[in-house]
Amino acid sequence: MGKRVLAIASGGGHFIQLMRLQPAWAGHQVSVATVDPSTRTLAGDVPFYTFRDVSRADWWRIPAAALDIARILLAVRPQVIITTGALPGLIAAALARPFGTKSLWVDSIANSEVLSGSGAQAGLVCSQVVTQWPHLADGKVEHWGSVL
Amino acid sequence: MNGVFVSVGSMMPFDRLTRAMDEWAAQNPHIPVEIQIGRGDYEPRHARWVRKLPLSDYQARVEACALFVAHCGMGSIISAIEAGKPILMLPRLAAQGEHNTDHQLATAKHVGTRPGLHVAADADDLKARASALLADAAHDAAGAPAPISRFADPAFTARIRAFIES
Repeated sequence: MGKRVLAIASGGGHFIQLMRLQPAWAGHQVSVATVDPSTRTLAGDVPFYTFRDVSRADWWRIPAAALDIARILLAVRPQVIITTGALPGLIAAALARPFGTKSLWVDSIANSEVLSGSGAQAGLVCSQVVTQWPHLADGKVEHWGSVL
Repeated sequence: MNGVFVSVGSMMPFDRLTRAMDEWAAQNPHIPVEIQIGRGDYEPRHARWVRKLPLSDYQARVEACALFVAHCGMGSIISAIEAGKPILMLPRLAAQGEHNTDHQLATAKHVGTRPGLHVAADADDLKARASALLADAAHDAAGAPAPISRFADPAFTARIRAFIES
């Protein structure tokens, strides 16, 4: 049956990048979570969830987003989380970590000079952090490739 | 629609881009222009506009247009490359309150140099380049990106698969 995988990202470019990684979990029991219901078409025929978005700029929305994400985690019970950001992906990894869920943070390709704010914190929460830019790799942050 | 499709992105307003392309639409009344204005305050008076399209409609617009004009966001860039459409971009600037950081300038520098991607310095440059690129497109000479696979490099996704399965 493969692993239970939650692929999660905010909207816009974060989600478009996540969808370019789909072959990584083909054959596993994947669920997809994002913010825009209309993007379901891109996710294919897999369980699809939406949550209320949050970012650093509107941090006061964290409780609502965290509640939605907690519900998704209870439904999916993921063994592995893959996220392309942003803050909601970090929240998912943090909430699931006490239950032994491992997580991969793929920092957005938009962060070509410094790791994103959430990406810098992802090192404290996620099992592995990767950057899409070779020149940003250092020790724990690895470069495995890019979506383009 | 074979005119110009414009998208400012969904997260934050970007009225500088909306206003510039609305002015361009006023100067080019024979060319259809549609702008997805997101959360902006400025509502176009000359171009057609919409707040936000469902993703499938957005992708259809990118595929159908002659020129795609957007902020310098990765969703827009990847959509343009996947569709093989020339994209003209105006980076959001933190100093103008258009984003939290200047990472779109970094994207312009590191990604915007790919074939078929074009970066404008400011609103006037954007309007001039839109006219030039559209003239090129009419003669089939536009610098369009080579369309790519829907998926990332297999070596990258294989590495992520190994992480999932380990």
